[in-house]
Amino acid sequence: MQWKRCIVKANKRTNFFSPLPAKFGIGITLAVEVILFSQLSPYFFTAENILNVSLQLSITAIIAAGMTFVILTSGIDLSVGALVAFTGVISASIAKLSLPIFVSLPLAVAAGLMVGAVSGAFAGVCVTRYAITPFIATLALMTIFRGAAYIFTDGRPIWELPQQFALLAGGRVFGVPIPTLIMIFVYMEAYIVLEWTRFGRYVYAVGGNKEAARLAGINTNRILIGVYVICGVLTSLSGILLASRVNSGQPNAGLMYELDVIAAVVVGGTSLSGGRGTIIGTLLGAVLIGVLRNGLNLLDVNSYVQQVVVGFVILITVMMDQLRKK
Amino acid sequence: MPPLLRLKGISKQYPGVRALNDVEFELNAGEVHCLVGENGAGKSTLMKILSGALSKDSGEIIIDGKKVEVHSPSDALKFGIGIIYQDFKLVPELSVAENIFLGKEPVQTGVPFIDYAAMHRSARLQLAQLGEELDTTVPVHTLSVAQQQVVEIAKAISQKVTILALDEPSSALTERELINLFTIIRRLTSEGVGIIYISHRLEEIFQIGDRVTVLRDGKVVNACRVAEADRKSLIRWMVGRELEDEYPRFGLTRGEELFRVENIHAGILNGVNFSLHRGEILGFAGLVGAGRTELARVIFGADVKESGRMFLRGKEIAPRSPREAIDLGIGLLTEDRNRLGLIPEMNVVENISLSSLADLLRGPFLDTSKETESVRVLIEQLRIKTPHGHEPVENLSGGNRQKVILARWLLTKSKMLIFDEPTAGIDVGAKYEIYSLIGKLAGEGVGIVLISSDLPELLGVCSRIIVMHDGCITGELQRGEATQEKIMALATLAVEEVHRES
Repeated sequence: MQWKRCIVKANKRTNFFSPLPAKFGIGITLAVEVILFSQLSPYFFTAENILNVSLQLSITAIIAAGMTFVILTSGIDLSVGALVAFTGVISASIAKLSLPIFVSLPLAVAAGLMVGAVSGAFAGVCVTRYAITPFIATLALMTIFRGAAYIFTDGRPIWELPQQFALLAGGRVFGVPIPTLIMIFVYMEAYIVLEWTRFGRYVYAVGGNKEAARLAGINTNRILIGVYVICGVLTSLSGILLASRVNSGQPNAGLMYELDVIAAVVVGGTSLSGGRGTIIGTLLGAVLIGVLRNGLNLLDVNSYVQQVVVGFVILITVMMDQLRKK
Repeated sequence: MPPLLRLKGISKQYPGVRALNDVEFELNAGEVHCLVGENGAGKSTLMKILSGALSKDSGEIIIDGKKVEVHSPSDALKFGIGIIYQDFKLVPELSVAENIFLGKEPVQTGVPFIDYAAMHRSARLQLAQLGEELDTTVPVHTLSVAQQQVVEIAKAISQKVTILALDEPSSALTERELINLFTIIRRLTSEGVGIIYISHRLEEIFQIGDRVTVLRDGKVVNACRVAEADRKSLIRWMVGRELEDEYPRFGLTRGEELFRVENIHAGILNGVNFSLHRGEILGFAGLVGAGRTELARVIFGADVKESGRMFLRGKEIAPRSPREAIDLGIGLLTEDRNRLGLIPEMNVVENISLSSLADLLRGPFLDTSKETESVRVLIEQLRIKTPHGHEPVENLSGGNRQKVILARWLLTKSKMLIFDEPTAGIDVGAKYEIYSLIGKLAGEGVGIVLISSDLPELLGVCSRIIVMHDGCITGELQRGEATQEKIMALATLAVEEVHRES
């Protein structure tokens, strides 16, 4: 049909970037980063450093996987940073109980994950049943959890945890840090759920056009609550891993994590208005930011300058993708 | 005297396709010149060039005998060209007056503040000239579509527009609102405004048009006085071949009762009773707001009913969500397929399979090869024009989008389908195809409800027509006895007229 053809053609206005594939912006930035850092620092391209980067970025990357689900439905979860702290102090305090370690450790993990699930379900109910915009609902949860973490610990970190608790994040399997393995597992699962299951398809549909999705027979409330639960559980998983890494429950852990996580998702090409995006993109986004931080650290760039650089790199990457689309 | 507007040899080339080819068009002051053609014929491209939204490759725009260059919409306004699109360009939260004077608000003398009193006064004056009385302080989103359209026209007129193009102005209007629009148009032409009128509804051209230009594949096929044309020839020029009939003949035989509602109350619905039989196409006529869409939504479980009972094949049903209705075998093709039907980000296959994924699983996973295969069959069966199944549904034309939604409901094996304004904004050729599909489904025993504001369509397609007014059924007409006049009388509740007639 001619009409269709001319629309397609009209969209492809000539532009330097236009023939390039999606997510090329992130590919270029990542390639530039890797080439630059491996030239500037001999240590950058060593196996040890690569494992180290993967460990460092695993915490936010795991949350970003959950955030991708939420953002795909055109929602947002601002409570993740505070939830990391709250989960951390809950898990740490349980790990510290004078119970046999084979009881306290699983209990600490289970309770931590439960916190995330309940928090996510609560956010989901606020968003669906009470029609509170996700931004406001999770903003409120953010300050609730942060405050609760301080109240619970009296503002002091929980120290002196059993040795075994630190092994969760400190241990290695065949030389690979456990958080890295968990991250890989989480991304494989997230990929399978989004690409191969009904739930995943419904997530995209709800984000694309919620009312049309409902009229197509999708229980949109269930999908929305589902994505917040997924995000909550993965956030708590990260919270437990972080507490284990620093071997303490810190009420000020995870400050500003929400911004890093959202940046990773958006840099990875997921649209904040929902319905468009991929989990692989988010992983690349998290790697992009993680590698950048690591490289700047290796080059001894001062941390104030780092923040500015990270901000610009995020902008440039997203800008390239926007230019390509035009 | 030179014509108000003359387009001379306008051409526009997109890569690979010639959207406009040497198009000539003329508009005199005080004239209504209709522009017709199928989707893709080049009407929109021509309007975009006139409004400065697109640049032409060659040709001239001559206004009042002077050659002008229109590079932007603000240029167009400067030359007195105004275009009112189907989707209005109003700011929903702003008031009527604020919309009319958007960007040129009257300012109080001496201080940089908006003079609201003056603004509302001149807004009321502007509307009064169009014979309309509206509260100028209410936000426009609270107005009906017809009222919003009047606001758009008032806005254009306040900008001293002398050439006004209306793109599908009637598509969301009821018969009565349309008559009002025609009154406004005549008022404008008597003041010397030239009107370009674009519509798929040919009968309107004979009601309001002075001249008509037919476009096909970017070329002017014919331009003549409306008095010299008839419906048949217009269609022949548009489609490029003879359509023996605008509505296919089905030869349906009425079977046993399939569905029945008893005394439904919900929102404005006030005690609705009707029954639908196999092998019949049951039309629902009425003015916008008569409760037809509300009734469809209640049957489909999208809205809850307050009281009343529904029976499908003799068994009582009470769907509380679209999912439950779908599982019972009911499908709803919503009005406004873009807003309520399609997921724009998804491709054709995903849009079609969306309601049937439960049947397309292998273990816990989607069986994508089975999905693609079952959808491919439907794409062929309904002749959906798409390069491939993974084309974004946004790139399809209106008729093909409607077929995508229909395919969705065929995949769920619906036993009963409710079509709400299925041919709004669809061109003649695609309409015929949709009617044929509806007839074929009815012949296969699927119960069909057809809600439409297009009376000729209801008369041409339906076996029986129920008319609604204000949440109640006011009458029922068999195919043979129904006429536009009888339907309108029932729809406006001027029932005594009907009796007098018969």
